[in-house]
Amino acid sequence: MTKNKAVEHAISEREVKKRSQWGMVFQRLKRNKMAMAGLVILILLILMAAFAPVITPFSYYYQQLGSRLQGPCSTHWFGTDHLGRDIFTRIVYGARVSLQVGLISIGIATLIGGLLGAIAGYYGGHFDTGVMRFMDILLAVPGILLAISIVAALGPGITNVMIAVGIGATPVEARVIRASVMQVRDQEFVEAAKAVGTSDLRIIFKHILPNAMAQIIVQATLGVAGAILAAAGLSFIGLGIQPPSPEWGAMLSEGRQHLRDHWHVTTFPGIAIMTTIFALNLLGDGLRDALDPKLKN
Amino acid sequence: MHKFILRRLLLLIPVMLGVSLIIFSMMHFTPGCPARIQLGEHASYEAIEALRDDMGLNDPFPVQYGRWLGNLVINQDVGRSIRTNRDVSEEILDRFPATLQLAGAAVVVSIAIGVPIGIISATKQYSIFDNVSMFIALLGVSMPNFWQGMLLIIVFAVNLGWLPSGGLPGGSDNFRYLVLPAITLGTGSAAVIARMTRSSMLEVIRQDYIKTARAKGQTERVITNRHALKNALIPIITVVGLAFGSLLGGAVITESIFNIPGVGRLMVDSIAARDFPVVQGGVLFIALMFSVINLLVDILYAFVDPRIKSQYK
Repeated sequence: MTKNKAVEHAISEREVKKRSQWGMVFQRLKRNKMAMAGLVILILLILMAAFAPVITPFSYYYQQLGSRLQGPCSTHWFGTDHLGRDIFTRIVYGARVSLQVGLISIGIATLIGGLLGAIAGYYGGHFDTGVMRFMDILLAVPGILLAISIVAALGPGITNVMIAVGIGATPVEARVIRASVMQVRDQEFVEAAKAVGTSDLRIIFKHILPNAMAQIIVQATLGVAGAILAAAGLSFIGLGIQPPSPEWGAMLSEGRQHLRDHWHVTTFPGIAIMTTIFALNLLGDGLRDALDPKLKN
Repeated sequence: MHKFILRRLLLLIPVMLGVSLIIFSMMHFTPGCPARIQLGEHASYEAIEALRDDMGLNDPFPVQYGRWLGNLVINQDVGRSIRTNRDVSEEILDRFPATLQLAGAAVVVSIAIGVPIGIISATKQYSIFDNVSMFIALLGVSMPNFWQGMLLIIVFAVNLGWLPSGGLPGGSDNFRYLVLPAITLGTGSAAVIARMTRSSMLEVIRQDYIKTARAKGQTERVITNRHALKNALIPIITVVGLAFGSLLGGAVITESIFNIPGVGRLMVDSIAARDFPVVQGGVLFIALMFSVINLLVDILYAFVDPRIKSQYK
């Protein structure tokens, strides 16, 4: 009975400690007004993407050729494009596309890069050398160019864009996670886990990766921003997400011809991209400061 | 130092081999037959097969790669453009000066904006200037350069008529044509350089030797320029070097907006026309330039910081 109580006490103490560590991070994050502004903007964007059909009565592909290139008005808040489609609606639905592309691309990069980087960092030796040399090869090609080449090979479309941007971002993720794992792998708690016979896989996933999570989260947040920009860039040059999908980069590209006389066609998609990237950068910077206050400045 | 440079140059060989294998594989397994592209949609099956044999496209993949690589290494021959039938290396070298001018001008813009802002922000930490400039720097990183390019065109080329909206005719007039593209391409890097300069300077100005210099009565200007900046240069050079390399690759989109006949534009056009020899050659060329720039940056470290020179043995 006494033993059980002691165990329960130890567990609750551990939970308190665990909570307080992340609690402290959140407290620091809460104090950073810019980061909180970023977080609020992101939450709004996610809500906008989730409740798109509730927010706007139009569909993103509904064309009213009679009201082409109309300026902002009470019916069409952001005006209409060259096919008479409601720009506000396309931006709202475009949030779904951009967030999906950003999150899945970085999900791919973190999964592949994280796995390779974690194993390479933990074991070192020939595997590490092999993986990192391969990453060096990928890093020798600028990210956007690598993504362009992959899309050229696979063809345009949302899935291929996510794969291309994801592979383009993989080397950086692998490097960051490898470095984080290498910082942790020689610490005493890892030695202790090894000493009690814990398997390597369990050590990596249960002990090392949670301790390297701070860096991974920061890198992923900033990575999502980069991925959304890269995908928009690909769509802009016609290699990314294809019409009628409401991708913000593609909307900018389509509006190029009307730039001179119809400012609204390109202004609102541009602001949408910039706001999203800005929010992600604010949150990423804030998270980095909150997770490691030494890095501030 | 020589040994270090030689070692790094030798290390370039496996990297470039790796890049060549990856890019060749990607283009090889891409749907779409180059023989059909060259002969047109209405060509007969026999004609296509004959051309495929002629081009060696019916050989196994390792044979094709070996032949392509052999040609590249021995004859410096990357192949011929399917679209123009010109030598790919000629096509790329014709376009490279435009890309290099654009990337060079963008680097100048990014240093001219980024370094002074970073220095002033660091020396006046938490001042209004610091907060505003860092806010603008973050906006600069967040703004898609293709949108920024379009805005610059509409304001400075269309409405004000001060600068041309695109093209690069060559000659002495190039400067005017490069202003808007260089600002478009350089702003993102300027923001990164400003942030890096600020954080690097902040780290240095808290060091004891800065306090010593101040205690000895040095002026703030001398302390900043002679003592702090010199020691804060390493991370700044790294970022500038990386920026230059990625600007070469990132020029793809800017060249498209401003209609600049550079390597990036050539690649986008070649992708659209499924002219894969040009795409292969272009990626390989930019990867080589990128790697060489990284090497030059590493060498530059030694000149800035003698402690690093002693490690390059």
